[in-house]
Amino acid sequence: MKPINAVEGRAIPLGLKNCDTDVIIPAHFLKVITRDGLGKNAFEAIRAQPGNVFDDPEYAGANILIGGDNFGCGSSREHAAWALNDMGIDAVIAPSFSDIFSGNAFKNGILTVVLPQEAVDRLLEVAKTQPISVELEGQTVTTPFQDRFRFEIDPFRKYCLLNGLDEVGMTLARDSAIGAFEEKMAAERPWL
Amino acid sequence: MSAKPRTLYEKIWDAHVVERRDDGTCLIYIDRHLLHEVTSPQAFEALRIAGRKLRRPDLTLAVADHNLPTTPRVDASGKRLPITDPDSKIQLAELEKNVAEFGVPYIDAIAPEQGIVHVVGPEQGYSLPGATIVCGDSHTSAHGGMGALAFGIGTSEVEHVMATQTLQLTPSKTMEIRVDGKLGEGVTPKDVVLHIIGTIGAAGGTGYVIEYTGNVFREMSIEGRLTVSNMSIEGGARAGLIAPDEVTFAYLSDKPMAPKGEAWAKAIAWWKTLPTDPGAHYDKVVVIDAADIAPCLTWGTSPEDVVPIDGVVPDPMSFADPAKQIAAQKSLDYMGLTPGTRMEDIPVENIFIGSCTNSRIEDLRAAAVVVRGRKLAPNIRQALIVPGSGLVKRQAEAEGLDRVFLDAGFEWREPGCSMCLAMNPDKVPPGERCASTSNRNFVGRQGPRSRTHLVSPAMAAAAAVTGRLADVRKLERMA
Ligand code: SF4
Repeated sequence: MKPINAVEGRAIPLGLKNCDTDVIIPAHFLKVITRDGLGKNAFEAIRAQPGNVFDDPEYAGANILIGGDNFGCGSSREHAAWALNDMGIDAVIAPSFSDIFSGNAFKNGILTVVLPQEAVDRLLEVAKTQPISVELEGQTVTTPFQDRFRFEIDPFRKYCLLNGLDEVGMTLARDSAIGAFEEKMAAERPWL
Repeated sequence: MSAKPRTLYEKIWDAHVVERRDDGTCLIYIDRHLLHEVTSPQAFEALRIAGRKLRRPDLTLAVADHNLPTTPRVDASGKRLPITDPDSKIQLAELEKNVAEFGVPYIDAIAPEQGIVHVVGPEQGYSLPGATIVCGDSHTSAHGGMGALAFGIGTSEVEHVMATQTLQLTPSKTMEIRVDGKLGEGVTPKDVVLHIIGTIGAAGGTGYVIEYTGNVFREMSIEGRLTVSNMSIEGGARAGLIAPDEVTFAYLSDKPMAPKGEAWAKAIAWWKTLPTDPGAHYDKVVVIDAADIAPCLTWGTSPEDVVPIDGVVPDPMSFADPAKQIAAQKSLDYMGLTPGTRMEDIPVENIFIGSCTNSRIEDLRAAAVVVRGRKLAPNIRQALIVPGSGLVKRQAEAEGLDRVFLDAGFEWREPGCSMCLAMNPDKVPPGERCASTSNRNFVGRQGPRSRTHLVSPAMAAAAAVTGRLADVRKLERMA
């Protein structure tokens, strides 16, 4: 995974409460066996509408997405995170995220930034004309208008993102502890 | 053992901690890992690329369900028929290749035990109380109905479990949802859980693990409990548990993969220690009076958009939250509905009885009670009954339920996810409406521009025979 710290650029002002993973990437695009190429099919239903934010030339090349409350709710499909990766999105800002989605985003090096609704509303406004800047080390989101919002993030996730760490590799290093647990379980709960 | 009273969730958590880090993150051991064809190929691929092994194939179980067609799978001579959709065919072939390569136990597409992963797990006795159960599928929460800590994971986590049989997790907050009292006429477990989601909201459970308590759940069958736990994720909670009790033990006693003999006795002794201790603390408590729950359904495109069947389509401006006002207006535009319309006056063209929420034998029985002796209304264009597994299908056939449905004009299909997510050919046509026993009414969920109303099996049956969203209580009186 590539390390991530500062994400700067234009942001797509989507908003939209309860934007679920079926909206991000509909099920009929899940019949793939690799992680690539999902971006072009992302947000299909929204893109079918004329004048949608995704096809607006104003936001071409944007690397940040601003969503609404409960972003990424619904299915556990990691395809949603892969689709955002494929679209070039490095950070998503929203008032709240579904637990599974934020985990999936994190594991694909996408920064999920939780800010209060008022801050998100302000960013949605700014994003229409100006770039936005997210800085992980200092946990801040700033705009060219001197807005400055601080966000919280789990310290472990922050550490992994900043260093681009592979979680599977980290856990495999704990092999002896896992083995010891398995022995204990075989004695205490043999039916499992 | 600490003397501090603990909840069911905390007990299961504590029993699975391999290591605890200073920041509170724990390495949690996973007892059961279910795989299906959609969310596993990239995880197997990642293992292969990194040269990693699958640590415990013996704790893993694979079954295909999401994009298998529900039309007959074998010809008259018993030979397997090919899948016509090329992408589905590749995904299935990939699963079969992977399970063979990594030695994973696999229930194949034409085995009598094949079915939706969340129906198969409990039915085989693979899903057990007190176990940690994961699957690359958000409705893994269903297995919480067995008293297990069960939750959906993404594909990177699937890979993590494959390689290490553990997950790195931080403890969730706990929420008790207590429903006491007597359920009214026509109120089923589906209505109970829809009412709960309508009450707490689609994000109400985010960050929490729910425990359902109260006499309503105690008196519920395992099938009903699985329906409730299944939809925990629609309220934002990754997991929803119901304490194991005599109902759970009786259900498991004859299941093929459940422990036997001495192991069974030992297991029961441990399971009995799991229920929440008196005085244990929950971070949040929601109390609902059973008498307040009506047969209900959804009107919009979020599972929180719940109204009683005798209610009307709400006015978006009636919501306090401005973001919800906008979302509700968008939902109504999408659903083609006008505020004030009586729910009972809304015609439907499609009926879907199936999905991991409502495709078990009790669900089919509840639908059959309403359908028996009646016919599909003339405006119904498509009405599918998709049993949750081959075993459910056989049981229903043994009880003659297939005849009830076929005589009324329904199609009687092979098990799978089907019209719940429209990955296989079963879809709701654009602009048409469906009374569906599934769990998600999202935009495009049942096919592009499909319009979904989530209902119980009895209400789906009532809609099928009346051709509109219908109050099952009135129908029964008419009979
Ligand atoms: S039936 Fe529907 S919700 Fe359940 S596992 Fe299949 S697709 Fe998911």
